[in-house]
Amino acid sequence: MNFRTPTGGTIDRNTLLHFTFNGEGFTGHSGDTLASALLAHGVHEIGSSVKFGRPRGIVAAGSEDPTSLVQIETPFPEPMLLATTVELYEGLEARGLAGQGRLASISDPARYDAKHEHCDVLVVGAGPAGLVAALTAARSGARVVLVDEQNQAGGALLGVDEYLDDRPSASWVADIVAELKSTPGVLVLERTTAFGMYQDGFVLALQKRTDHLGFAAPASVARQRVWRIRTKQTVLTTGAHERPVVFPDNDRPGIMLASAARTFLHRYGVLVGSRAVVFTTNDSAYCAAINLAESGVDVPLIVDARPEAPARLATECAARGIEVRAGQVVTGTEGEGRVTGVHVAGATVACDTLLVSGGWNPVVSLFSQARGKLRYDAELGAFVPGEELGSVRVAGSATGELDLASCVRQGREAGSAAVVAAGFSSRGQVPLPVSDSRCTSRSGLVLWRVPGDEDTSFVDLQRDATVSDVLRATGAGLRSLEHIKRYTTIGTAHDQGKTSGMIAAGIVAEALGVEPADQRPTTFRPPYTSVSFAALAGRDRGALHDPVRVTAIHPWHVAHGALFENVGQWKRPWYYPQPGEDLHTAVLRECRAARSGVAMMDGSTLGKIDVQGSDAGKFLDMLYTNMMSTLKVGRIRYGVMCGVDGMVIDDGTVIRVGEERYLVTTTTGNAAKILDWMEEWLQTEWPHLDVHCTSVTDHWATIPLVGPKSRDVLAAVAPDLDVSNEAFEFMTWRDTQVAGVPARVCRISFSGELAYEINVTAWHGLAVWETLMAAGAPFGITPYGTETMHVLRAEKGYPIIGQETDATVTPHDLGMSWAVSKKKPDFIGKRSFARAENQRADRKQLVGLLPVDPSVLLPEGAQIISSDHLPEPPVRMLGHVTSSYPSAALGRTFALALVRSGHSRIGETLYVPVSDALVPVTVTDSVLYDKEGTRRDG
Amino acid sequence: MQLPEHPDFLWDDPEPKASYDVVIVGGGGHGLATAYYLAKVHGIRNVAVLEKGWLAGGNMARNTTIIRSNYLWDESSGIYEHSLKLWEGLEEDLGYPILFDQRGVLNLAHSLQDVRDSVRRVNANRLNGIDAEWVDPQGVKEICPIVNVSPDVRYPVLGATYQPRAGIAKHDYVAWGYARAAHAMGVDLIQNCEVTGLETAGGRITAVETSRGRIAAGRVGLCAAGHSSVLAAMVGLRLPLASHPLQALVSELLEPVHPTVVMSNAVHVYVSQAHKGELVMGAGIDSYNGYGQRGSFHIIEQQMAAALELFPVFARAHLLRTWAGIVDVSPDASPIVGLTPVGGLYLNCGWGTGGFKATPGVGDCFAHTIAHDKPHPFNEPFTLERFTTGALVDEHGAAAVAH
Amino acid sequence: MQLIPCPWCGPREEAEFHYGGQAHVAYPSDPSALSDEEWAQYVFFRDNPSGPFAERWSHSAGCRRWFNAVRDTRTHDLLAVYRVGEPMPEVAS
Repeated sequence: MNFRTPTGGTIDRNTLLHFTFNGEGFTGHSGDTLASALLAHGVHEIGSSVKFGRPRGIVAAGSEDPTSLVQIETPFPEPMLLATTVELYEGLEARGLAGQGRLASISDPARYDAKHEHCDVLVVGAGPAGLVAALTAARSGARVVLVDEQNQAGGALLGVDEYLDDRPSASWVADIVAELKSTPGVLVLERTTAFGMYQDGFVLALQKRTDHLGFAAPASVARQRVWRIRTKQTVLTTGAHERPVVFPDNDRPGIMLASAARTFLHRYGVLVGSRAVVFTTNDSAYCAAINLAESGVDVPLIVDARPEAPARLATECAARGIEVRAGQVVTGTEGEGRVTGVHVAGATVACDTLLVSGGWNPVVSLFSQARGKLRYDAELGAFVPGEELGSVRVAGSATGELDLASCVRQGREAGSAAVVAAGFSSRGQVPLPVSDSRCTSRSGLVLWRVPGDEDTSFVDLQRDATVSDVLRATGAGLRSLEHIKRYTTIGTAHDQGKTSGMIAAGIVAEALGVEPADQRPTTFRPPYTSVSFAALAGRDRGALHDPVRVTAIHPWHVAHGALFENVGQWKRPWYYPQPGEDLHTAVLRECRAARSGVAMMDGSTLGKIDVQGSDAGKFLDMLYTNMMSTLKVGRIRYGVMCGVDGMVIDDGTVIRVGEERYLVTTTTGNAAKILDWMEEWLQTEWPHLDVHCTSVTDHWATIPLVGPKSRDVLAAVAPDLDVSNEAFEFMTWRDTQVAGVPARVCRISFSGELAYEINVTAWHGLAVWETLMAAGAPFGITPYGTETMHVLRAEKGYPIIGQETDATVTPHDLGMSWAVSKKKPDFIGKRSFARAENQRADRKQLVGLLPVDPSVLLPEGAQIISSDHLPEPPVRMLGHVTSSYPSAALGRTFALALVRSGHSRIGETLYVPVSDALVPVTVTDSVLYDKEGTRRDG
Repeated sequence: MQLPEHPDFLWDDPEPKASYDVVIVGGGGHGLATAYYLAKVHGIRNVAVLEKGWLAGGNMARNTTIIRSNYLWDESSGIYEHSLKLWEGLEEDLGYPILFDQRGVLNLAHSLQDVRDSVRRVNANRLNGIDAEWVDPQGVKEICPIVNVSPDVRYPVLGATYQPRAGIAKHDYVAWGYARAAHAMGVDLIQNCEVTGLETAGGRITAVETSRGRIAAGRVGLCAAGHSSVLAAMVGLRLPLASHPLQALVSELLEPVHPTVVMSNAVHVYVSQAHKGELVMGAGIDSYNGYGQRGSFHIIEQQMAAALELFPVFARAHLLRTWAGIVDVSPDASPIVGLTPVGGLYLNCGWGTGGFKATPGVGDCFAHTIAHDKPHPFNEPFTLERFTTGALVDEHGAAAVAH
Repeated sequence: MQLIPCPWCGPREEAEFHYGGQAHVAYPSDPSALSDEEWAQYVFFRDNPSGPFAERWSHSAGCRRWFNAVRDTRTHDLLAVYRVGEPMPEVAS
């Protein structure tokens, strides 16, 4: 059957597009939606319902449709789209759904992006009111953005045959759009749905840029774009949705909204059936009846629930052979699948289509999201904007005003008021069009449902929720609409209750014997229509999900086979496996080099903060637990920082560069946090201090050169530097030339070995690294990564912040009371040390653990108990293993651990549950290697 | 799947009486559960639950329904595992289909330190009698095939902790199950009744002032989540809490793809697929204090980016609805449950983002606390005094996914 | 996403800012003189009102300055911003 009209609509009849639906081949035209193309072939049945498996058709023509859910298969699978919003393209394959969509099992190759836009006036909805509002604003010189979800402007005009100013409305629309598009500073976005409205004029809109192109979509163009619009003023001309009336068996395919039938006719040139009965509570459906009748559809009957039919329209109907019965209702329908008849006054009227109109619901979702209060309009039977908002105006049928002349007048007023509020003088003179419309929609009867079989009277067609569900909910004692929505699931489906929500509220009010006005409407939440996850993720995926930071020396590490560890945003070399090596063998080799020869690592990721000013010492005294102001220029001190709660937050070395200048180092992961911490104290507590902090992390390349032979290597590349122990003492620094470039060399050691930390500008980092490698080659210099660094420091009992600590550990717990000043009257965290909990003798303290079997490696994260057999849970735990390694230097395994009363347990045997076994371990001091510190001077 | 039908009768809507033995402020999950256990376990039935809006319409209606007990510290393990055990019998106990589904939860590790912390937590859990295991990336893939365990992503999955007994439940059903059962035992559920003042005499609570008049009360339990600070301030009690927006979202209904619950602290997302097929997701809290029940959309966008990193197949799923609750966050990410300096006034707050899973456990313990004027052993560590002594239960660190 | 009017830079997107909690909580001049209760109040206890709230923000992705704001926590609307050291302005709640 062909239901395409010979002429009319905005489709391009010269194009022929092939598509399949549920495996069957069809054709349509450019400009069709999947829904209109199917209807043109007489296909109404789209899917089946989620609960009862009843057939579901097409109810509306746009994004408010509750039923036409389809799965798109080509060019890429996408679940849960509405056939009424899928623009037809060549090669489209789709199938109807039974409530659930299906995700693709492969990655989506499409690109998505976001764009920021700033404007004076944003107009949402390019219907008649929106067009006039936008043009008024544009002619006043304002920056205007006009968004509309459709692929063409016009809004409700797309679905009617009206004339404006004695010409087809499409021509009036086209002129305005042309002027807007040619006006500088005006952006017209089609296929763009404003889906979320937030504070301060922030509106999010989704633009579908290539979906309608199907296979022809260029890969270089982002498929969808999120527009982040920041506007001074917003005009919401979002229109109104027609709502149905609920009656028994109101869910059959072929039963649709009267306005949808008009839209399919006038926009797509499609007749929705051969024989259509109309059931209405207001005038607007008469126009649908007349239009369809004039287009050749047999329209035997209009059932008007009002006591009297409108005289003029009834006369027009009579002239076309349409019987009008006032004061009657549709009490049921019949049909296997598609509707074949409707019950009116005890008789069955045969038909293949039933057009329904129960009035109009203004689209107030965005207004409500903008926190505008809603008011119940009893005459309309709907919630309308109930207050003026400062920067958000509503015009057109979104206000509940359904007459075109009023809508465009409101549009002009809102556009004018918006530009004035945005700081412009309203110069935009837009003449208002005069319509020849025969139908107004205002004079309706509010009718939620026709009594009858409540089990088949569907309120929410997608959720299969019926009048009896609503009545069960109220019968169960529920009064709040929110409860009833949850009890029945009404309004929670894909359409979010666009057409069903108001009806549900009305039926509930009737059941409870109250007015809808007495009820709090359920909350409108973003998004207005669904938005793909990928569109929201935009470009922030893969490598762009979080910036990758690499050091100046990174290319060398890559070229030399390093494996990397993520530390914060940094990529740090973890270890450098040689052929055949695993982590342990590589690390043992790297450790041996550091302890017996020379090794070096890339330490550039360490945080570095330049602290300057006459109060710098005083400031650092407050931040560190130990004294920094007494540090002499040229010297270096290790320090620990605590939070106000007395728990360790970071550590590192502090270099005194000059009388009023320090260079502070932080852990890699905490660099930004510590700078923020410093700024917070300086700016909010001690603004009187003369201190300035600057992050210089990325300015320097830092290379720790470690091992007994490090002095020889340094001597070879720093000829100006006296590297002798006497001339260059431990915990001092020198400015010199290394590899021919200016360098700062610090004699510090995180391994206990003789070591130097060479700092050069990042620019020279790679060259200096390569020079050091060459100079060290005769000594077997070995690059090492973070794992070896961890082993070397652990052998010396040095904690790693974040590994040995977890925000519950004090410097005392770490055995670092030596780093806590007893002289300073105060520093951050000091007061907390005096709290009861901090005074307990059984705090967890850092100790070493030596497995009794020296070949057993304890798992990091293992728990520690005192019992030599495993009792029934809950088992009392004494602490846990924080670090654990095989050690080349010790010739055995070892671990660090936080253990309850650990410092007084030295020598005790404790037990570590590993799988089903208990591993006996001896508690030791945390310093396991070179306790006397003989190695640090070489 | 189709959800089971709710019963034909739930509760009625009484006028408040002049006086009750116990008034519970807050008709969310915790308040309803407390009332239920007061009536059932302690025989205290002259109880009113006061709700300023509609029952269970606050965080109970807004959370992502994740239930687990794999917390790090013994104190947390105690109360959350107690809760999980109650969950395991709750459907029968309430006679209500709460759809408790023990589909397990994976907490992903994305860095070597995440791995250490995760293993530590698994070991602690096992010694506390809580089911927990460490699974490697291949194991993650076997439990949840749609997780991207490729090493070539920004923050690769290095493994996960897995608690098989963890899962989800249907939040409305849980709340309504408690409400119906409490109501059946004589508890008055009073909606649209906002508490505007707390009346004391001689250091004891005597009544609550409400939008529906004064209601005398022998004892008062506060179960108001995000609004706890405001209520406590009515008796001059200051709490170490900050109320923040926490957003969540759902997709449309999809065929089953996600058999478990996945949480990732490092990339900030947690996801499950609910019974009907919708993906349910949450993320981090909005940074600022807020009672507005709305958050900022860039949080959702970041969450989507994180979700697609882990689950590339979600690309063309659609966001259907977003919302926000108000969570009361404490300094150590652990709750405050116990007595107050005001006689007969009891506090249950500070659950932050993790209150849903505790519903039965805290309901039971808080009822015990109110009935005996003494904390239950499981909530004894969670005093207000711990912030003075320093005996915090810091669940930020190793069990950083505090949901 | 809100616009936050940085007193140094003007209105900027919320994502550029870092939140710092309650304002005007001074570091005690002599912590050692405080009782454990008083110290705990400083460390852990903050006002958490539903309504206007004086709080700290840092324009961390902009000028990196801290400033104070009065914001209504019910609506999240910013009622006033002011620089560190300036008194809290009167705002209509």
